[in-house]
Amino acid sequence: MDDSARFVAQHVATLPKSGIRDFFAIVSKMKDAVSLGIGEPDFVTPFHIREAAMAALEKGRTSYTDNRGTLALREEISRYVARNYGPEYNPEDEILVTVGVSEALDALLRATLNPGDKVLYHEPCYVSYAPSVTLCHATPVPIRTVSSDQFALDPAALRAAWQPGCKVLVLNFPTNPTGGTANRAKLEEIAKFAIEKDLLVASDEIYSELTFDGDHVSIASLPGMRERTVFLHGFSKAFAMTGFRIGYACGPAGVIDGMLKIHQYGIMCASIISQEAAVEALKNGRESMLHMRDKYRERRDFIVRRFNELGLPCHLPRGAFYAFPNITGTGLDSMTFASQLLAAQKVAMVPGTAFGAAGAGFCRASFSTSYERIHEAGERIARFLDTLPARK
Amino acid sequence: MNNVLKLLLEGEPLDTAQIGKILNLGAEAVDRELAGLRAQGILLGMRAVLNPSYEAERRVRAVIEIKIRTEGTGGFDGIAERISQFEQVESCYLMSGGYDLLVVVTADNLYKVAGFVHERLARIEGVQGTSTHFFLRAYKKDGFVITDEGTRRDQPSVSP
Repeated sequence: MDDSARFVAQHVATLPKSGIRDFFAIVSKMKDAVSLGIGEPDFVTPFHIREAAMAALEKGRTSYTDNRGTLALREEISRYVARNYGPEYNPEDEILVTVGVSEALDALLRATLNPGDKVLYHEPCYVSYAPSVTLCHATPVPIRTVSSDQFALDPAALRAAWQPGCKVLVLNFPTNPTGGTANRAKLEEIAKFAIEKDLLVASDEIYSELTFDGDHVSIASLPGMRERTVFLHGFSKAFAMTGFRIGYACGPAGVIDGMLKIHQYGIMCASIISQEAAVEALKNGRESMLHMRDKYRERRDFIVRRFNELGLPCHLPRGAFYAFPNITGTGLDSMTFASQLLAAQKVAMVPGTAFGAAGAGFCRASFSTSYERIHEAGERIARFLDTLPARK
Repeated sequence: MNNVLKLLLEGEPLDTAQIGKILNLGAEAVDRELAGLRAQGILLGMRAVLNPSYEAERRVRAVIEIKIRTEGTGGFDGIAERISQFEQVESCYLMSGGYDLLVVVTADNLYKVAGFVHERLARIEGVQGTSTHFFLRAYKKDGFVITDEGTRRDQPSVSP
């Protein structure tokens, strides 16, 4: 009998498993399911980037690198961030290359949180935020965002959620799963509040290139924010490089040094092969990135229109590649809706509650997939809705 | 570019009803667009793209480089248009460089291609010489990379 679970630490044992895992287990066993549940680009990594990884192998570039990442990559990151987001970071000591943004955020939280500290973040949000905080023996403090506001973070809600002991504010615009974005005016108010309360801001901008309407503004570029913001970014979404597992953090040297300690003992360094590919992506990947962004925007317009036609009200996400329709009109909760839809019509959407309590009443549908699949999913959802008592 | 045309060129297998829904047009409007594109001579037709290895078991394909003498003949256009009439000819282009016309032909077997070259092409007034190359294996066709296994095999069907 395996009773090894008794060895697992209490704060890990009580940590809930990701709601997505259970759902994945069901979908993966189902044949001909149409999945709108995939949280990654539908595109294969552009070939010139893959070729850079192959060239690294050919040249025998298979060693460890500097814990911070190769200087060549950090220099490219520095240029890219300055050009596209504004703030300038010194490649020597203000940039850390990580294994995806997930590792960067984890290292940042572990480097900064003492037991009992509190972390503000807006919900619905990416699945790892609250658990990563809990793993630091700290307390997650969610701030609810709402569809009427297109899931932007309302500065008043931030102010209301704040409590003594809050040390870090995690932002993610555009947001997974809602596509919420923050305009300059809102960010300025948030920045003012962060300064007033002496908060460190962790800004996860992994979807920033995939902003469809308006310009993306990084909070790190606002006055007084560079010294209290860690800008987190990576290659997975914009350059379709999820499997390369490569991300980075840019911030003031003191915090980056703290993160570096955790990174050097826990990870050592990101894969050199991925780092070489990342250099190529930053140097020459813009054209393919823009091409992919156009495709996402076209699919977004289609899927959002379909949900609204089907009577599942859906705001127009301004970024990322997720639609987040409201399913409360069906009389079902998110989990029941997603499970019944999957069982009856083999369409997979992720229940909004997988992204926190504020996701109740919504489901996430990725439009990073083919027109054919989005079209087919729409037909199947229509058939499913016809069978619901609340809709007859 | 015309939105209907753009969608067709992406290569997804969509019928006019699906295209109508995607572009919020309705199937009739898509049919009208397609008819318009045909009438303008922009859209010549629509064809399935087959895996060349499937075709190769049934047909051979060759590319023929043709050198042409234009004096006393109908010029490039006259000869090219004549060659294009043969049903074996899949495509025909006027080229810059060491030869003049590039012709892609398909036939049931190698001998039929050979017959086409010496009985048909070589007898055309103005054809000075030909050089025939057979296709052995395809790696990419019409934008589709031909691989043995899908690239997304291990992709989870649901991910955060």
